[in-house]
Amino acid sequence: MSRLLNYLLLGALLLAMVASFRFLQIDFVGLISPDALEQMGDYAAGFLAPDLSRTYLEELGHGALQTLAMSAIGTLLAALAGLLLALPAAGRWGLVAEQAARLLLNALRAIPELVWAALMVLAAGLGPNAGTLALALHTAGVLGRLFAEALENTPAEPAEAVRLAGGGRVAAFVYGTLPGVWPQLLAYSLYRWENNIRMASVLGFVGAGGLGQMLYMSLSLFQHAQAASVILAMLLLVLAVDAFSAWSRQRWLSR
Amino acid sequence: MRDPAALPRLLLTLLALALLWPGLSLSELNLGALFEPGNARTMGQFLGDFWPPAHEADFLALLWRATLETLAIATAGMTLALLLALPAGLLASRALSLSALYRGGRPAWWGALLRWPVRGLLIVLRSVPEIVWALLFVRAVGLGPTAGVLAIAITYAGMLGKVYAEIFESVDGGPARALLGAGASRLAAFCYGVLPNAAGEMLSYSVYRWECAIRASVVMGFVGAGGLGQQMDLSMRMFAGEEVAAMLLVFLVLVLLADQLSRLLRSRLT
Amino acid sequence: MSIQVHGVGLTHADGTRALSDVRLSIAQGERVALIGPSGAGKTSLLRLLATALRPSEGHLQLLGSDPWQLSARARQQLRRRIGLVHQQPPLPPRQRVVTAVSAGRLGQWSLPRALLNLLHPLDAAGVQAELARLDLADKLFARCDELSGGQLQRVGIARVLYQQPELLLADEPVSAMDPVLAGHTLGLLGEEAQRRGLTLIASLHAVDLALTHFPRVIGVREGRILFDRPAGEVSPAELEALYVNDQLPSREPPPSAAPLPVARC
Repeated sequence: MSRLLNYLLLGALLLAMVASFRFLQIDFVGLISPDALEQMGDYAAGFLAPDLSRTYLEELGHGALQTLAMSAIGTLLAALAGLLLALPAAGRWGLVAEQAARLLLNALRAIPELVWAALMVLAAGLGPNAGTLALALHTAGVLGRLFAEALENTPAEPAEAVRLAGGGRVAAFVYGTLPGVWPQLLAYSLYRWENNIRMASVLGFVGAGGLGQMLYMSLSLFQHAQAASVILAMLLLVLAVDAFSAWSRQRWLSR
Repeated sequence: MRDPAALPRLLLTLLALALLWPGLSLSELNLGALFEPGNARTMGQFLGDFWPPAHEADFLALLWRATLETLAIATAGMTLALLLALPAGLLASRALSLSALYRGGRPAWWGALLRWPVRGLLIVLRSVPEIVWALLFVRAVGLGPTAGVLAIAITYAGMLGKVYAEIFESVDGGPARALLGAGASRLAAFCYGVLPNAAGEMLSYSVYRWECAIRASVVMGFVGAGGLGQQMDLSMRMFAGEEVAAMLLVFLVLVLLADQLSRLLRSRLT
Repeated sequence: MSIQVHGVGLTHADGTRALSDVRLSIAQGERVALIGPSGAGKTSLLRLLATALRPSEGHLQLLGSDPWQLSARARQQLRRRIGLVHQQPPLPPRQRVVTAVSAGRLGQWSLPRALLNLLHPLDAAGVQAELARLDLADKLFARCDELSGGQLQRVGIARVLYQQPELLLADEPVSAMDPVLAGHTLGLLGEEAQRRGLTLIASLHAVDLALTHFPRVIGVREGRILFDRPAGEVSPAELEALYVNDQLPSREPPPSAAPLPVARC
C-alpha cells in the first residue's frame, strides 16, 4: 500500500514537471533555432573582452568597496538588532513578548532581501542606503532566531549568581550569559556576512547601489565589456570574502 | 602584572573604529532618510494601503496565474537542472573512475585532468548569483518566464551537480568497483552499483533545492523573469500598497506550503 | 543578631519537602559549619539564607531585615551584603580569572564602570590581592577553563571575598580539593572571617574538617536540624545518628587479617 502511494507520488511529480513546461509554453524549438543561437552567440561574444581600463577599474574598485561596506554594516546592524530581539524571543521577558518577537523575526526572515531592497528604495530613495537597510532587516530576522536558540541553550547559573550578589540585570547578562554565547554569535554573524556579500552585489538591480547597480546600468546600455568586468569583480569579491571568513573562523573560534 | 590582553584589545578596537568610519560613509547609512517628511508621508500611505489587501475578482485571477507561473518556472527550471546535473555529476565524480580501480580508490593524474574542467564549470555556474543569470537572459531572450527557467536551470545545475558528485563518492563504492572490475560499462556500474544507494539522498537534496527555487523565482521576477515577482515589482512601482500586501501574503503562504510539501516528499520517498 | 530563622519550611516546586520547622539564631561574627548526609537540605538552607529561595512557611531576618518584606530594589541591595560560594563555581569557561573575580563587586559598581571593566580590568591589583591570599596570584590572567577543579573553587571563594559581604555563605567550598589543601583553605577562610568581622556559614561533607575549623556545628538531616552545638560538645553518637543510612545494604566487615594458626607437628 505504501509502495503504491510512493509510486503514485513519483508519477505525480513527473506529471507536474511536464505540466509546468506546457503551462509556460516555452518555445524550445525557437530557442535553439539557428537564428536564435546566432543572436545569443553575438550577445555572449560581447562579454569575452572585459573592459580593464584604468578608469573603469577605479570605478569597479569603488563599487566593490561600496558593496563590501553595505554587506558589513548591514550585517553589523543586523547582529545588534538580532541580539536585541533575541532576548524576548528566548522567553526572558514573558510569553507575550516571546510570541511577538518570534512573529516579527519570522516576518523579517521570510521576505527575501531583494524584496526588502525594493521596499527600502521606495522608503528611503535610491542608493546603497536602501541596500544596507534591506540587508539589515532580513539578516536581523535570521540572526535573531539563531541567537535566540543560542540563548536558550546556554546555562543560566553564571548570570543568576551575579544577580544573587546584588548585580543588575544588564551586568548579569554581560558578565554571565554573553561570555558563553559570544563565540556562537560571532560564528553565525560571520556566516551570514559571507551570504550577504553575494546578496549585496545584486541588490543594486533594484537601485540599491554597489556593483549590482553598475551591472544593471551597463546591461541596460548594452555595454557588455563593462558588464563582463563587473561580473568578474563580483566573483573575486565573493571568493575573497569566503577565504577571509574561513581564515578568521579558524583563527578566532577554534580555540 | 601587566594585562597581556590589553594591547591586542586596544589594537582591535582601534582597527574596528578605523574601519567603521569609511564603512559608514561608503554604505551611506542613513536611518533618518526613512523619516524625512516626503519619504515618510509616501511610505506611510503605502503601508496604510496594506489593509485590507486587494481582493477584486480580476486581481485575484491575475494573482492566481502569476502564482502558477512562479511554480511552473521553479519546477521547469529544476527539471532542466536535473537533466544537466546528472551527467555533470557523473563526469565530476570519482566514483566511476576506472583508473582508480588499480590505485586503491584514487584516480590517476590524467583522470583528474578530465574531471577538473567539469568541476570548474560547476563552480562557475554556482558562483554567479542566479539573478545575474536572470538579468542576462532577460536581455538575451526577452522578458518573461523563459529567462527565469534558464537562469534556474543553469545555477541549480551547478549546485545539484556538485552535490550529486559528492553523494556518489560518499556512497559505498564496493558494488560499483566490483561491477567495473567484472567488465561492466560505467553506465551499468552506475545504475546498479551507485544509484540504488544514492537515490534517496539525491531526491532529498533536490526537493530541498526546489523549495529554494520557488523563492528564487519570485526574486528573479523583479528583473523581469515573470511570475509573482514581476507582478510585485509592477505594483510597487505604482505604489499600489493593497496589491503588494496581497502578493506578499500569497508569497508567504506559497513558501509555507512548499516547505510542507517538501517535508512530506522527503519523508515518504527517502 | 545577624540571622534569625523562625520556624521556616521549604517545599520545592515539584512538591519535595526540603526543609521543615527550622529555627536558627546566629550572631554577627560567628563561624558555623553545617554537616549532614547527602540530600539533607544543607544546600537548600544556604540558598534560603542567600535569598535565592523563598520560604514556604515561616519568616527570617537577615542582617536586620526580612528580605521578603522588602521591595525588589531593596532586596537587591541586601543581596550585595550577602555572598554565596556555590558548590559548582558559576564561572563562564572562557572568562578570565581577573574578570570572573571582579564580578563580585558588580552589585556596587555603576553600569558604565562594569562595562569598562569588561574591556580592561580596572582593579587588577585588588583582585590579585584576593587571589594571593588563596595562593592563586599567578593565575590572574588565566582562563577559567584552564584551571583544575580545586583552583576553580578557590577562584569562586576569591570572588566572594572580593565582594566584601557581611555574611558569607559557602556551599561545599572545598569539595574538589585534596585533604591538605582543603584544611588550609578552610583555615584561611576562617582567618579572613575573623579579620573582617564576617559571619561565616559553611556546609561540609568532611566532619573532621568541620569539627577542626569551626567553633559551632549544626547537624541537618532530612530537612530538620538535629543538633546545634559547640564543636567540642558533639558526641559520636549524635554523629552516627546524623549519618545513619537505612537504605544502604549492610555489609559484613571484611575478615580481619589475623594470622592463621599453623599446626605444629
